[in-house]
Amino acid sequence: MKTASFSPTGIRFENIDKRYGALYALRRVSLEIPAGECVAFAGRNGSGKTTLLRIAARLARLSSGAVNFLDESGEKLATPPGAGFVAHATMVYDELTAEENLLLFARLQGIDQPAARAEALLGEVGLLERRNSLVRTFSRGMRQRVAIARALLSEPPVVLLDEPTTGLDPQGARWFAQTVRQLRDSGRTILMSLHGESEVSTLATRAIRLDAGAVVADTQTGANFRSILAFTNA
Amino acid sequence: MALLSNTAVLLGKELRTEFRSRELLTTTVVFILTIVVLFSFTFDPSVNESRRFGPGLLWLAFLFAASLMLQPCFLREQTNDTLSALRLSVNDPFAIFLAKLAANTLFMLFTQILLLPVFSILYNVPVLAAFPQLVLVMFMGSLGLSVTGTALSAISAQARMRELLLPLLLLPLLTPVLIASTEATASLLVLNPIMPWKWLGFLLGFDVVFLTALWLFGEYLLEE
Repeated sequence: MKTASFSPTGIRFENIDKRYGALYALRRVSLEIPAGECVAFAGRNGSGKTTLLRIAARLARLSSGAVNFLDESGEKLATPPGAGFVAHATMVYDELTAEENLLLFARLQGIDQPAARAEALLGEVGLLERRNSLVRTFSRGMRQRVAIARALLSEPPVVLLDEPTTGLDPQGARWFAQTVRQLRDSGRTILMSLHGESEVSTLATRAIRLDAGAVVADTQTGANFRSILAFTNA
Repeated sequence: MALLSNTAVLLGKELRTEFRSRELLTTTVVFILTIVVLFSFTFDPSVNESRRFGPGLLWLAFLFAASLMLQPCFLREQTNDTLSALRLSVNDPFAIFLAKLAANTLFMLFTQILLLPVFSILYNVPVLAAFPQLVLVMFMGSLGLSVTGTALSAISAQARMRELLLPLLLLPLLTPVLIASTEATASLLVLNPIMPWKWLGFLLGFDVVFLTALWLFGEYLLEE
């Protein structure tokens, strides 16, 4: 990924709760993630990782608490920037070509020169030659490349990755890890939910474990770091 | 302006994906044709009977076809979670609804216009004399079906037993549209057609009320 024009941005979760009826998906979660940090969330299925990321993307509404985006000095931003979101689901249309998908979302986001931006991103994710192929003809790895390109259309300072490597073959996972490394090195803030250790998890600069919607471990260094990332459903 | 440009972009996407897959149009046209042909052979109505019962039959067929057409409207956005991508991309979620209801109205109107000549031949009811007025009634009726159906499709897509939920919610709510559209169509299929302003006004009122409700509360229908 090329170095893009964005302002480094952090996120602060202030005592957030998310309830579905009587069930707590997140319970009093407070975290401050400075600009440029690469955070890996680990935990069992249902521990609240996806909910936390969807709240950061403003796709899910909070039951209580607040989420604020911060500038480099930690001050709250008046206008929150858009976050790039990549999930296990590709969030692109199978019946459109790779280029049509990027043009659609670029136009919706009001991006200047959408065709040029789409072409540049297709080149960066290595799909320029398949730009006119329908996404439904793509492999899982290629679809995930389109998903990454879609998420980066507006050059977001914050990138949210929700189990993005699920279903990828080793080659696809390696490409993905390389892309995350480039995103991290470009100064973007990255929040990713992962299942167990992988090439992507080694890029994290901070590891947080969630259990039953609460933060139970949060570390940047030490032996605990690896044990959090190695955490699986077992 | 952003609302209109986003709506136009999304409408283009709806039309493109439908003309590539032809899922909705094919299903709906075949379904309505089957109903109209079956009723024609079952009852073998005279011209007068056709004029009396034809409009009701037509709009019942449109209503059932609409529930078929509207079901996948939001459901297919869930396959790849594209609804989340749309919500992240548009400033005003009403654009998503506007584009979907415009597409649904167009698809339904296209189906109805395609069916009118078939209805005319099978039921021996001339439609050419009041064709433009019929198209206007069908447009207003289709808009009524689409506005309500698009909103309910967004609700039912997130529910369990969604296949049952949409028709259950849709059919009672659309009774006023069905009555007004049937009456308006009937007054255009008589020997001396008259413009059914009263019923058109009713349809316009229904469309405006539901469109306003969708504009005010649509955002909440898309939330998780």
